Amino acid sequence: MLSRLIVLGLLCAPLLVVAEPDHITTLASSCAACHGTNGNSAGGTPVLAGLDASHFRKQMQDFKSGARPSTVMQRHAKGLTDAEIDGLALFFSQQPRRPASLPAHPR
Amino acid sequence: MNLNRRDFMRFSASAAALTLLPLSGCARALRTQASPRVVVIGGGYAGATAAKYLRMWSAGAVEVIVIEPNPSFISCPLSNLVLGGSKTLADLTFGYDGLQQHGIQRVQDTVTAVDPLARKLQLTRGELRYDKLVIAPGVDFIYDSLPMLDSAEASQQVPHAWKAGPQTVLLQQQLAAMPDGGVFVMSVPKAPYRCPPGPYERVCQVASYFSQHKPKAKIIVLDANPEITSKKALFTKVWAEMYAGMIDYRPNSQLTEVDVAAREVKTEFETVSADVLNVIPPQRAGKVAQLVGAANVDKRWCEVDFLSYASKVVPDTYIVGDSVSAALPKSAHMATSQARVCASAILATLAGQQPDPQPVFANTCYSFVNARMAMHVAHVYRYDQHKKIMLPAEGGGVSAQPSEQEGQYAYSWAQNIWSDVLT
Ligand SMILES: Cc1cc2nc3c(=O)[nH]c(=O)nc-3n(C[C@H](O)[C@H](O)[C@H](O)COP(=O)(O)OP(=O)(O)OC[C@H]3O[C@@H](n4cnc5c(N)ncnc54)[C@H](O)[C@@H]3O)c2cc1C
Repeated sequence: MLSRLIVLGLLCAPLLVVAEPDHITTLASSCAACHGTNGNSAGGTPVLAGLDASHFRKQMQDFKSGARPSTVMQRHAKGLTDAEIDGLALFFSQQPRRPASLPAHPR
Repeated sequence: MNLNRRDFMRFSASAAALTLLPLSGCARALRTQASPRVVVIGGGYAGATAAKYLRMWSAGAVEVIVIEPNPSFISCPLSNLVLGGSKTLADLTFGYDGLQQHGIQRVQDTVTAVDPLARKLQLTRGELRYDKLVIAPGVDFIYDSLPMLDSAEASQQVPHAWKAGPQTVLLQQQLAAMPDGGVFVMSVPKAPYRCPPGPYERVCQVASYFSQHKPKAKIIVLDANPEITSKKALFTKVWAEMYAGMIDYRPNSQLTEVDVAAREVKTEFETVSADVLNVIPPQRAGKVAQLVGAANVDKRWCEVDFLSYASKVVPDTYIVGDSVSAALPKSAHMATSQARVCASAILATLAGQQPDPQPVFANTCYSFVNARMAMHVAHVYRYDQHKKIMLPAEGGGVSAQPSEQEGQYAYSWAQNIWSDVLT
Protein backbone atom coordinates (compact mmCIF):
# COMPACT_ATOMS: atom_id res chain seq x y z
CA MET A 1 0.00 0.00 0.00
CA LEU A 2 2.55 2.54 1.09
CA SER A 3 5.26 3.43 -1.35
CA ARG A 4 8.02 0.94 -0.86
CA LEU A 5 11.40 2.33 -0.01
CA ILE A 6 13.83 0.92 -2.43
CA VAL A 7 17.37 1.59 -3.37
CA LEU A 8 18.40 3.24 -6.57
CA GLY A 9 21.31 1.19 -7.80
CA LEU A 10 22.38 2.82 -11.03
CA LEU A 11 26.12 2.96 -10.82
CA CYS A 12 27.32 1.55 -7.57
CA ALA A 13 24.51 0.35 -5.37
CA PRO A 14 23.30 1.47 -2.93
CA LEU A 15 23.26 5.01 -4.25
CA LEU A 16 19.94 6.72 -3.71
CA VAL A 17 16.94 5.86 -1.63
CA VAL A 18 13.86 6.45 -3.71
CA ALA A 19 10.23 5.88 -2.96
CA GLU A 20 8.94 3.81 -5.85
CA PRO A 21 5.21 4.36 -6.24
CA ASP A 22 3.25 1.12 -6.32
CA HIS A 23 0.09 0.10 -8.21
CA ILE A 24 -2.31 1.95 -5.90
CA THR A 25 -0.21 5.13 -5.68
CA THR A 26 -0.11 5.37 -9.47
CA LEU A 27 -3.82 4.55 -9.80
CA ALA A 28 -4.67 7.15 -7.10
CA SER A 29 -2.67 9.78 -8.98
CA SER A 30 -5.04 9.44 -11.91
CA CYS A 31 -7.84 10.86 -9.68
CA ALA A 32 -5.84 14.11 -9.49
CA ALA A 33 -7.40 15.54 -12.67
CA CYS A 34 -10.60 16.20 -10.69
CA HIS A 35 -9.53 15.82 -7.04
CA GLY A 36 -6.08 17.44 -7.02
CA THR A 37 -2.61 16.11 -6.26
CA ASN A 38 -2.84 13.36 -3.60
CA GLY A 39 -6.55 14.14 -3.19
CA ASN A 40 -6.07 17.79 -2.21
CA SER A 41 -8.75 19.38 -4.37
CA ALA A 42 -8.23 22.88 -5.70
CA GLY A 43 -11.98 23.42 -5.51
CA GLY A 44 -15.35 22.20 -6.73
CA THR A 45 -14.80 18.52 -5.89
CA PRO A 46 -14.45 16.79 -2.51
CA VAL A 47 -11.03 16.73 -0.85
CA LEU A 48 -10.08 13.04 -0.66
CA ALA A 49 -6.89 13.56 1.37
CA GLY A 50 -7.35 12.50 4.96
CA LEU A 51 -10.82 11.08 4.34
CA ASP A 52 -11.86 8.29 6.66
CA ALA A 53 -11.16 5.02 4.83
CA SER A 54 -14.49 3.38 5.59
CA HIS A 55 -16.38 6.49 4.48
CA PHE A 56 -14.45 6.53 1.18
CA ARG A 57 -15.07 2.82 0.66
CA LYS A 58 -18.81 3.18 1.32
CA GLN A 59 -19.17 6.11 -1.11
CA MET A 60 -17.33 4.26 -3.86
CA GLN A 61 -19.32 1.06 -3.32
CA ASP A 62 -22.54 3.12 -3.41
CA PHE A 63 -21.46 4.80 -6.66
CA LYS A 64 -20.70 1.34 -8.02
CA SER A 65 -24.07 -0.17 -7.06
CA GLY A 66 -26.03 2.96 -7.94
CA ALA A 67 -27.23 3.38 -4.33
CA ARG A 68 -25.67 6.84 -4.51
CA PRO A 69 -26.73 8.49 -7.79
CA SER A 70 -23.95 10.22 -9.70
CA THR A 71 -23.01 11.61 -13.08
CA VAL A 72 -19.41 10.59 -13.65
CA MET A 73 -18.37 8.80 -10.44
CA GLN A 74 -20.29 5.64 -11.35
CA ARG A 75 -18.05 5.33 -14.43
CA HIS A 76 -14.94 5.27 -12.27
CA ALA A 77 -16.28 3.18 -9.38
CA LYS A 78 -17.60 0.46 -11.71
CA GLY A 79 -14.23 0.14 -13.43
CA LEU A 80 -12.34 -0.62 -10.21
CA THR A 81 -12.02 -3.89 -8.33
CA ASP A 82 -13.04 -4.09 -4.68
CA ALA A 83 -9.37 -4.51 -3.76
CA GLU A 84 -8.50 -1.32 -5.65
CA ILE A 85 -11.27 0.60 -3.89
CA ASP A 86 -9.93 -0.67 -0.54
CA GLY A 87 -6.40 0.31 -1.57
CA LEU A 88 -7.51 3.79 -2.64
CA ALA A 89 -9.46 4.22 0.62
CA LEU A 90 -6.33 3.48 2.65
CA PHE A 91 -4.11 5.61 0.39
CA PHE A 92 -6.26 8.73 0.58
CA SER A 93 -6.87 8.33 4.33
CA GLN A 94 -3.10 8.55 4.80
CA GLN A 95 -2.55 11.68 2.71
CA PRO A 96 -1.98 14.89 4.66
CA ARG A 97 -4.41 17.71 3.91
CA ARG A 98 -2.67 20.57 2.20
CA PRO A 99 -4.12 23.70 0.63
CA ALA A 100 -4.10 23.31 -3.17
CA SER A 101 -3.57 26.34 -5.34
CA LEU A 102 -4.12 27.29 -8.93
CA PRO A 103 -1.09 28.14 -11.04
CA ALA A 104 -0.59 31.89 -11.46
CA HIS A 105 -1.29 33.68 -14.71
CA PRO A 106 1.97 35.06 -16.11
CA ARG A 107 2.77 38.63 -15.14
CA MET B 1 14.53 28.41 -13.34
CA ASN B 2 15.83 29.26 -16.73
CA LEU B 3 19.22 27.96 -17.66
CA ASN B 4 21.83 29.90 -19.52
CA ARG B 5 24.63 28.57 -21.61
CA ARG B 6 27.06 28.29 -18.70
CA ASP B 7 24.58 26.12 -16.83
CA PHE B 8 24.71 23.55 -19.60
CA MET B 9 28.39 23.07 -18.98
CA ARG B 10 27.84 22.81 -15.25
CA PHE B 11 25.11 20.20 -15.56
CA SER B 12 27.41 17.27 -16.12
CA ALA B 13 29.57 18.15 -13.14
CA SER B 14 26.77 18.97 -10.72
CA ALA B 15 25.79 16.47 -8.07
CA ALA B 16 23.01 18.47 -6.52
CA ALA B 17 20.27 17.17 -4.26
CA LEU B 18 21.78 13.77 -3.67
CA THR B 19 20.62 11.61 -0.84
CA LEU B 20 23.88 9.83 -0.34
CA LEU B 21 24.10 6.76 1.75
CA PRO B 22 27.42 7.04 3.56
CA LEU B 23 27.26 3.34 4.44
CA SER B 24 28.23 2.23 1.02
CA GLY B 25 31.73 0.96 0.48
CA CYS B 26 32.09 3.07 -2.62
CA ALA B 27 30.78 6.24 -0.99
CA ARG B 28 33.76 8.32 -1.99
CA ALA B 29 33.36 7.54 -5.63
CA LEU B 30 29.64 8.19 -5.37
CA ARG B 31 29.98 11.67 -4.05
CA THR B 32 31.27 12.81 -7.40
CA GLN B 33 28.49 11.10 -9.32
CA ALA B 34 25.51 13.15 -10.41
CA SER B 35 22.01 11.86 -9.70
CA PRO B 36 20.29 10.25 -12.67
CA ARG B 37 19.02 12.87 -15.08
CA VAL B 38 15.70 12.69 -16.91
CA VAL B 39 15.16 15.21 -19.67
CA VAL B 40 11.55 15.87 -20.67
CA ILE B 41 10.87 17.35 -24.10
CA GLY B 42 7.68 19.41 -24.00
CA GLY B 43 6.04 21.17 -21.06
CA GLY B 44 2.43 20.47 -22.04
CA TYR B 45 -0.01 18.28 -20.12
CA ALA B 46 2.02 15.09 -20.47
CA GLY B 47 5.53 16.51 -20.09
CA ALA B 48 4.88 18.79 -17.11
CA THR B 49 3.07 15.97 -15.30
CA ALA B 50 5.86 13.47 -15.92
CA ALA B 51 8.39 16.01 -14.62
CA LYS B 52 6.44 16.82 -11.45
CA TYR B 53 5.73 13.22 -10.49
CA LEU B 54 9.32 12.14 -11.21
CA ARG B 55 10.48 14.73 -8.68
CA MET B 56 7.68 14.17 -6.17
CA TRP B 57 7.84 10.38 -6.13
CA SER B 58 11.64 10.28 -6.02
CA ALA B 59 11.66 12.89 -3.24
CA GLY B 60 13.97 14.94 -5.42
CA ALA B 61 16.53 12.17 -5.98
CA VAL B 62 16.24 12.39 -9.76
CA GLU B 63 17.33 15.47 -11.68
CA VAL B 64 14.60 16.62 -14.06
CA ILE B 65 14.97 19.13 -16.87
CA VAL B 66 11.99 20.23 -18.98
CA ILE B 67 12.59 21.72 -22.39
CA GLU B 68 9.74 23.87 -23.69
CA PRO B 69 9.93 26.71 -26.22
CA ASN B 70 6.86 28.58 -24.96
CA PRO B 71 7.27 31.04 -22.07
CA SER B 72 3.93 29.99 -20.58
CA PHE B 73 1.41 27.15 -20.64
CA ILE B 74 -1.78 27.64 -22.67
CA SER B 75 -4.54 25.08 -22.15
CA CYS B 76 -6.28 23.55 -25.15
CA PRO B 77 -9.05 22.28 -22.85
CA LEU B 78 -11.60 25.09 -22.48
CA SER B 79 -10.11 26.93 -25.49
CA ASN B 80 -13.30 26.33 -27.48
CA LEU B 81 -15.02 28.51 -24.87
CA VAL B 82 -12.95 31.45 -26.13
CA LEU B 83 -14.89 31.04 -29.41
CA GLY B 84 -18.16 30.86 -27.49
CA GLY B 85 -17.23 34.06 -25.67
CA SER B 86 -17.32 32.82 -22.05
CA LYS B 87 -13.51 32.57 -21.60
CA THR B 88 -10.53 34.58 -22.74
CA LEU B 89 -7.16 33.17 -23.71
CA ALA B 90 -5.67 34.93 -20.66
CA ASP B 91 -7.94 32.77 -18.44
CA LEU B 92 -6.25 29.69 -19.94
CA THR B 93 -2.65 30.94 -19.80
CA PHE B 94 -0.43 30.02 -16.83
CA GLY B 95 3.14 30.56 -15.76
CA TYR B 96 5.61 27.69 -15.33
CA ASP B 97 6.89 28.99 -11.98
CA GLY B 98 5.15 26.22 -10.05
CA LEU B 99 7.44 23.61 -11.58
CA GLN B 100 10.39 25.31 -9.94
CA GLN B 101 9.04 24.52 -6.48
CA HIS B 102 9.58 20.86 -7.30
CA GLY B 103 13.18 21.52 -8.26
CA ILE B 104 12.44 21.04 -11.94
CA GLN B 105 14.79 22.94 -14.19
CA ARG B 106 13.18 24.54 -17.22
CA VAL B 107 14.99 25.36 -20.40
CA GLN B 108 13.11 27.64 -22.77
CA ASP B 109 14.26 26.18 -26.05
CA THR B 110 13.39 23.70 -28.79
CA VAL B 111 15.02 20.31 -29.25
CA THR B 112 16.40 20.10 -32.76
CA ALA B 113 18.19 16.74 -32.72
CA VAL B 114 18.56 13.68 -30.49
CA ASP B 115 21.34 11.10 -30.42
CA PRO B 116 19.77 8.24 -28.46
CA LEU B 117 22.88 6.07 -28.50
CA ALA B 118 25.07 8.78 -27.01
CA ARG B 119 22.10 9.93 -24.86
CA LYS B 120 22.59 13.49 -25.96
CA LEU B 121 20.27 16.08 -27.39
CA GLN B 122 20.73 19.26 -29.31
CA LEU B 123 19.02 22.53 -28.49
CA THR B 124 19.33 25.75 -30.44
CA ARG B 125 21.52 27.04 -27.57
CA GLY B 126 23.60 24.00 -26.70
CA GLU B 127 23.74 20.34 -25.91
CA LEU B 128 22.34 18.27 -23.03
CA ARG B 129 23.11 14.76 -21.80
CA TYR B 130 20.51 12.52 -20.21
CA ASP B 131 20.09 9.11 -18.67
CA LYS B 132 16.42 8.81 -19.64
CA LEU B 133 14.48 10.84 -22.17
CA VAL B 134 10.75 11.55 -22.04
CA ILE B 135 9.26 12.87 -25.29
CA ALA B 136 5.93 14.70 -24.92
CA PRO B 137 5.65 17.06 -27.90
CA GLY B 138 1.91 16.75 -28.57
CA VAL B 139 0.88 16.68 -32.23
CA ASP B 140 2.27 17.89 -35.52
CA PHE B 141 0.00 18.74 -38.47
CA ILE B 142 0.15 16.80 -41.74
CA TYR B 143 -0.22 18.99 -44.80
CA ASP B 144 0.74 16.38 -47.44
CA SER B 145 -2.72 16.32 -49.01
CA LEU B 146 -3.41 20.04 -48.48
CA PRO B 147 -0.02 21.72 -49.09
CA MET B 148 -1.66 25.08 -49.73
CA LEU B 149 -2.36 25.34 -45.99
CA ASP B 150 1.27 24.82 -45.00
CA SER B 151 2.41 28.41 -44.54
CA ALA B 152 2.20 31.15 -41.93
CA GLU B 153 0.13 33.31 -44.29
CA ALA B 154 -2.34 30.51 -45.02
CA SER B 155 -2.84 29.86 -41.31
CA GLN B 156 -3.71 33.55 -40.87
CA GLN B 157 -6.44 33.26 -43.48
CA VAL B 158 -7.58 29.73 -42.56
CA PRO B 159 -6.80 29.06 -38.89
CA HIS B 160 -6.59 25.56 -37.42
CA ALA B 161 -6.93 26.77 -33.81
CA TRP B 162 -6.00 23.22 -32.75
CA LYS B 163 -3.08 24.36 -30.61
CA ALA B 164 -4.44 26.94 -28.20
CA GLY B 165 -2.81 30.35 -28.50
CA PRO B 166 -2.81 33.12 -31.11
CA GLN B 167 -4.68 30.80 -33.51
CA THR B 168 -7.59 30.56 -31.06
CA VAL B 169 -7.81 34.34 -30.80
CA LEU B 170 -7.57 34.69 -34.58
CA LEU B 171 -10.50 32.35 -35.18
CA GLN B 172 -12.51 34.15 -32.49
CA GLN B 173 -11.81 37.50 -34.19
CA GLN B 174 -12.81 36.15 -37.60
CA LEU B 175 -16.10 34.90 -36.15
CA ALA B 176 -16.70 38.28 -34.48
CA ALA B 177 -16.03 40.11 -37.77
CA MET B 178 -18.30 37.79 -39.79
CA PRO B 179 -21.60 39.37 -40.89
CA ASP B 180 -24.87 37.94 -39.58
CA GLY B 181 -26.10 35.46 -42.20
CA GLY B 182 -22.52 34.37 -42.92
CA VAL B 183 -21.33 30.76 -43.11
CA PHE B 184 -18.77 29.15 -40.82
CA VAL B 185 -17.23 25.98 -42.31
CA MET B 186 -15.24 23.59 -40.14
CA SER B 187 -13.38 20.54 -41.42
CA VAL B 188 -12.73 17.53 -39.14
CA PRO B 189 -9.84 15.17 -40.04
CA LYS B 190 -10.07 11.37 -40.03
CA ALA B 191 -9.51 9.86 -36.57
CA PRO B 192 -7.17 9.48 -34.75
CA TYR B 193 -6.68 13.15 -33.96
CA ARG B 194 -6.23 15.17 -30.73
CA CYS B 195 -9.41 15.32 -28.61
CA PRO B 196 -12.12 13.18 -30.31
CA PRO B 197 -15.12 15.28 -29.09
CA GLY B 198 -13.21 18.59 -29.50
CA PRO B 199 -14.45 19.53 -33.00
CA TYR B 200 -18.08 18.90 -32.05
CA GLU B 201 -17.67 20.90 -28.84
CA ARG B 202 -16.32 23.69 -31.04
CA VAL B 203 -19.46 23.53 -33.19
CA CYS B 204 -21.57 23.94 -30.03
CA GLN B 205 -19.50 26.92 -28.88
CA VAL B 206 -19.68 28.68 -32.24
CA ALA B 207 -23.42 27.95 -32.39
CA SER B 208 -23.84 29.36 -28.89
CA TYR B 209 -22.04 32.55 -29.96
CA PHE B 210 -24.08 32.81 -33.19
CA SER B 211 -27.41 32.31 -31.37
CA GLN B 212 -26.64 35.33 -29.22
CA HIS B 213 -24.98 37.62 -31.76
CA LYS B 214 -25.63 36.38 -35.33
CA PRO B 215 -28.83 34.35 -35.31
CA LYS B 216 -28.99 34.13 -39.12
CA ALA B 217 -25.48 32.61 -39.42
CA LYS B 218 -25.00 28.98 -40.48
CA ILE B 219 -22.46 26.27 -39.64
CA ILE B 220 -21.39 23.58 -42.09
CA VAL B 221 -19.37 20.68 -40.65
CA LEU B 222 -17.35 18.72 -43.22
CA ASP B 223 -16.34 15.56 -41.36
CA ALA B 224 -13.85 13.17 -42.99
CA ASN B 225 -15.23 10.47 -40.68
CA PRO B 226 -18.34 8.41 -41.48
CA GLU B 227 -20.02 9.77 -38.34
CA ILE B 228 -19.47 11.94 -35.27
CA THR B 229 -16.55 10.21 -33.55
CA SER B 230 -17.44 10.87 -29.89
CA LYS B 231 -20.67 11.40 -27.88
CA LYS B 232 -22.59 11.09 -31.17
CA ALA B 233 -26.13 10.76 -29.80
CA LEU B 234 -25.56 13.62 -27.34
CA PHE B 235 -24.17 16.05 -29.91
CA THR B 236 -26.84 15.14 -32.44
CA LYS B 237 -29.57 15.88 -29.88
CA VAL B 238 -27.97 19.15 -28.70
CA TRP B 239 -27.60 20.40 -32.28
CA ALA B 240 -31.19 19.54 -33.10
CA GLU B 241 -32.71 20.96 -29.91
CA MET B 242 -30.51 23.85 -28.74
CA TYR B 243 -29.34 25.06 -32.15
CA ALA B 244 -32.21 23.99 -34.43
CA GLY B 245 -31.70 24.86 -38.10
CA MET B 246 -28.21 26.26 -37.63
CA ILE B 247 -25.91 23.26 -38.09
CA ASP B 248 -25.51 21.29 -41.29
CA TYR B 249 -23.46 18.14 -40.59
CA ARG B 250 -21.96 16.31 -43.60
CA PRO B 251 -20.16 12.99 -42.94
CA ASN B 252 -17.59 11.32 -45.27
CA SER B 253 -16.49 14.76 -46.39
CA GLN B 254 -12.72 14.72 -46.64
CA LEU B 255 -11.19 17.88 -48.13
CA THR B 256 -9.40 17.42 -51.44
CA GLU B 257 -8.58 21.06 -52.10
CA VAL B 258 -8.61 24.44 -50.39
CA ASP B 259 -8.68 27.83 -52.10
CA VAL B 260 -7.11 29.80 -49.27
CA ALA B 261 -7.73 33.31 -50.60
CA ALA B 262 -11.37 32.60 -51.52
CA ARG B 263 -12.02 30.45 -48.41
CA GLU B 264 -13.51 27.76 -50.62
CA VAL B 265 -13.05 24.01 -50.12
CA LYS B 266 -13.65 20.96 -52.28
CA THR B 267 -14.57 17.44 -51.22
CA GLU B 268 -15.08 14.45 -53.47
CA PHE B 269 -18.72 15.51 -53.82
CA GLU B 270 -19.01 19.28 -53.69
CA THR B 271 -17.52 22.75 -53.43
CA VAL B 272 -18.34 24.76 -50.29
CA SER B 273 -17.73 28.48 -49.74
CA ALA B 274 -17.14 29.94 -46.31
CA ASP B 275 -17.05 33.35 -44.71
CA VAL B 276 -14.93 31.91 -41.92
CA LEU B 277 -13.03 28.69 -42.63
CA ASN B 278 -11.49 26.46 -39.95
CA VAL B 279 -9.57 23.44 -41.21
CA ILE B 280 -8.39 21.08 -38.47
CA PRO B 281 -5.55 19.28 -40.25
CA PRO B 282 -4.75 15.56 -39.95
CA GLN B 283 -2.19 14.91 -37.21
CA ARG B 284 0.80 12.83 -36.20
CA ALA B 285 3.28 12.65 -33.32
CA GLY B 286 5.16 15.88 -32.61
CA LYS B 287 8.14 16.59 -34.90
CA VAL B 288 10.81 15.67 -32.38
CA ALA B 289 9.30 12.18 -32.01
CA GLN B 290 9.64 11.74 -35.76
CA LEU B 291 13.16 13.15 -35.64
CA VAL B 292 14.37 10.61 -33.09
CA GLY B 293 12.78 7.78 -35.08
CA ALA B 294 10.15 6.95 -32.45
CA ALA B 295 7.15 7.53 -34.74
CA ASN B 296 7.25 4.00 -36.17
CA VAL B 297 3.52 3.34 -36.65
CA ASP B 298 2.49 4.46 -40.18
CA LYS B 299 5.27 7.05 -39.80
CA ARG B 300 2.72 8.88 -37.64
CA TRP B 301 2.48 7.65 -34.06
CA CYS B 302 4.86 6.17 -31.49
CA GLU B 303 4.61 2.53 -30.46
CA VAL B 304 5.20 2.08 -26.73
CA ASP B 305 5.22 -0.56 -24.02
CA PHE B 306 2.09 0.29 -22.02
CA LEU B 307 3.73 -0.75 -18.74
CA SER B 308 6.28 2.05 -19.00
CA TYR B 309 5.64 4.10 -22.18
CA ALA B 310 9.13 3.13 -23.30
CA SER B 311 9.52 3.48 -27.05
CA LYS B 312 9.52 0.10 -28.82
CA VAL B 313 12.28 1.30 -31.12
CA VAL B 314 14.45 3.93 -29.42
CA PRO B 315 16.49 3.00 -26.31
CA ASP B 316 16.18 4.95 -23.02
CA THR B 317 13.32 6.94 -24.56
CA TYR B 318 9.73 7.19 -23.33
CA ILE B 319 6.76 8.75 -25.13
CA VAL B 320 3.67 10.14 -23.40
CA GLY B 321 0.59 12.10 -24.43
CA ASP B 322 -0.91 12.67 -27.86
CA SER B 323 2.13 11.25 -29.69
CA VAL B 324 1.48 7.71 -28.45
CA SER B 325 -0.03 5.14 -30.83
CA ALA B 326 -2.97 3.68 -28.93
CA ALA B 327 -6.68 2.97 -29.12
CA LEU B 328 -7.02 5.56 -26.35
CA PRO B 329 -8.55 9.03 -26.67
CA LYS B 330 -5.93 11.75 -27.13
CA SER B 331 -6.99 13.88 -24.19
CA ALA B 332 -5.29 15.98 -21.51
CA HIS B 333 -6.46 13.66 -18.74
CA MET B 334 -5.15 10.67 -20.71
CA ALA B 335 -1.83 12.47 -21.29
CA THR B 336 -1.42 13.01 -17.53
CA SER B 337 -2.47 9.45 -16.67
CA GLN B 338 0.12 8.06 -19.09
CA ALA B 339 2.74 10.46 -17.75
CA ARG B 340 2.29 9.24 -14.16
CA VAL B 341 2.52 5.57 -15.16
CA CYS B 342 5.66 6.48 -17.12
CA ALA B 343 7.19 8.40 -14.18
CA SER B 344 6.50 5.48 -11.88
CA ALA B 345 8.07 3.03 -14.36
CA ILE B 346 11.16 5.18 -14.92
CA LEU B 347 11.78 5.35 -11.17
CA ALA B 348 11.35 1.58 -10.90
CA THR B 349 13.75 1.03 -13.80
CA LEU B 350 16.36 3.40 -12.36
CA ALA B 351 16.12 1.40 -9.16
CA GLY B 352 16.55 -1.91 -10.97
CA GLN B 353 12.94 -2.93 -10.27
CA GLN B 354 10.08 -4.04 -12.52
CA PRO B 355 7.35 -1.49 -13.25
CA ASP B 356 3.76 -2.12 -12.05
CA PRO B 357 2.68 -5.15 -14.14
CA GLN B 358 -0.99 -4.09 -14.27
CA PRO B 359 -1.44 -0.32 -14.55
CA VAL B 360 -4.97 1.05 -14.24
CA PHE B 361 -6.02 4.64 -14.80
CA ALA B 362 -9.00 6.86 -15.50
CA ASN B 363 -9.97 9.30 -18.21
CA THR B 364 -12.75 11.89 -18.12
CA CYS B 365 -13.47 14.29 -20.99
CA TYR B 366 -16.09 17.00 -20.65
CA SER B 367 -17.57 18.90 -23.59
CA PHE B 368 -19.33 22.22 -23.08
CA VAL B 369 -22.48 22.64 -25.17
CA ASN B 370 -22.89 26.34 -24.24
CA ALA B 371 -21.30 28.59 -21.60
CA ARG B 372 -22.67 26.62 -18.65
CA MET B 373 -23.68 23.09 -19.57
CA ALA B 374 -21.38 20.15 -20.17
CA MET B 375 -21.46 16.38 -20.68
CA HIS B 376 -18.86 13.67 -20.05
CA VAL B 377 -17.32 10.60 -21.56
CA ALA B 378 -15.42 8.61 -18.93
CA HIS B 379 -13.71 5.23 -18.67
CA VAL B 380 -11.31 3.37 -16.46
CA TYR B 381 -8.58 1.68 -18.52
CA ARG B 382 -6.84 -1.50 -17.43
CA TYR B 383 -3.74 -3.23 -18.80
CA ASP B 384 -4.58 -6.48 -20.58
CA GLN B 385 -1.76 -8.94 -19.98
CA HIS B 386 -2.53 -11.00 -23.10
CA LYS B 387 -3.08 -8.20 -25.60
CA LYS B 388 -0.48 -6.00 -23.87
CA ILE B 389 -2.60 -2.87 -24.34
CA MET B 390 -4.83 -0.68 -22.18
CA LEU B 391 -8.50 -1.69 -22.52
CA PRO B 392 -11.60 0.09 -21.23
CA ALA B 393 -13.01 -1.55 -18.09
CA GLU B 394 -16.69 -2.20 -17.35
CA GLY B 395 -18.90 0.73 -16.50
CA GLY B 396 -17.56 3.49 -18.76
CA GLY B 397 -19.84 5.67 -20.85
CA VAL B 398 -21.33 9.08 -21.47
CA SER B 399 -23.74 11.47 -19.71
CA ALA B 400 -27.48 10.91 -20.00
CA GLN B 401 -27.75 14.56 -21.06
CA PRO B 402 -25.76 17.78 -20.72
CA SER B 403 -26.38 19.66 -17.47
CA GLU B 404 -25.30 22.71 -15.50
CA GLN B 405 -24.12 20.42 -12.71
CA GLU B 406 -21.69 18.76 -15.13
CA GLY B 407 -20.71 22.23 -16.35
CA GLN B 408 -19.59 22.93 -12.77
CA TYR B 409 -17.73 19.61 -12.67
CA ALA B 410 -16.05 20.43 -15.96
CA TYR B 411 -14.71 23.70 -14.54
CA SER B 412 -13.54 21.85 -11.43
CA TRP B 413 -11.81 19.31 -13.66
CA ALA B 414 -9.95 22.13 -15.41
CA GLN B 415 -8.92 23.84 -12.17
CA ASN B 416 -7.75 20.63 -10.58
CA ILE B 417 -5.81 19.38 -13.58
CA TRP B 418 -4.10 22.80 -13.91
CA SER B 419 -3.28 22.71 -10.21
CA ASP B 420 -1.96 19.15 -10.47
CA VAL B 421 0.12 19.72 -13.60
CA LEU B 422 1.52 23.17 -12.85
CA THR B 423 1.85 23.60 -9.06
C1 LIG C 1 -9.79 22.69 -28.93
C2 LIG C 1 -9.32 21.59 -28.04
C3 LIG C 1 -10.05 21.25 -26.91
C4 LIG C 1 -9.63 20.25 -26.06
N1 LIG C 1 -10.38 19.96 -24.96
C5 LIG C 1 -9.99 18.98 -24.11
C6 LIG C 1 -10.73 18.70 -22.93
O1 LIG C 1 -11.75 19.35 -22.64
N2 LIG C 1 -10.31 17.71 -22.12
C7 LIG C 1 -9.19 16.98 -22.39
O2 LIG C 1 -8.84 16.09 -21.60
N3 LIG C 1 -8.45 17.23 -23.51
C8 LIG C 1 -8.82 18.20 -24.37
N4 LIG C 1 -8.06 18.47 -25.49
C9 LIG C 1 -6.90 17.62 -25.82
C10 LIG C 1 -5.63 18.03 -25.08
O3 LIG C 1 -5.34 19.38 -25.32
C11 LIG C 1 -4.44 17.18 -25.53
O4 LIG C 1 -4.78 15.83 -25.51
C12 LIG C 1 -3.25 17.42 -24.59
O5 LIG C 1 -2.83 18.75 -24.71
C13 LIG C 1 -2.12 16.45 -24.90
O6 LIG C 1 -1.03 16.72 -24.09
P1 LIG C 1 0.46 16.59 -24.66
O7 LIG C 1 1.35 16.91 -23.50
O8 LIG C 1 0.63 15.33 -25.40
O9 LIG C 1 0.58 17.77 -25.74
P2 LIG C 1 0.58 19.35 -25.49
O10 LIG C 1 -0.24 19.70 -24.32
O11 LIG C 1 0.29 19.98 -26.81
O12 LIG C 1 2.10 19.68 -25.11
C14 LIG C 1 3.16 19.52 -26.00
C15 LIG C 1 4.25 20.54 -25.66
O13 LIG C 1 5.49 20.16 -26.28
C16 LIG C 1 6.14 21.32 -26.74
N5 LIG C 1 7.07 20.91 -27.82
C17 LIG C 1 6.74 20.44 -29.05
N6 LIG C 1 7.85 20.18 -29.76
C18 LIG C 1 8.93 20.47 -28.98
C19 LIG C 1 10.35 20.40 -29.16
N7 LIG C 1 10.91 19.99 -30.30
N8 LIG C 1 11.15 20.79 -28.14
C20 LIG C 1 10.61 21.22 -26.97
N9 LIG C 1 9.26 21.28 -26.74
C21 LIG C 1 8.43 20.93 -27.74
C22 LIG C 1 5.00 22.21 -27.20
O14 LIG C 1 5.39 23.57 -27.22
C23 LIG C 1 3.92 21.93 -26.17
O15 LIG C 1 3.96 22.84 -25.08
C24 LIG C 1 -8.45 19.52 -26.35
C25 LIG C 1 -7.70 19.86 -27.48
C26 LIG C 1 -8.12 20.89 -28.31
C27 LIG C 1 -7.29 21.24 -29.51
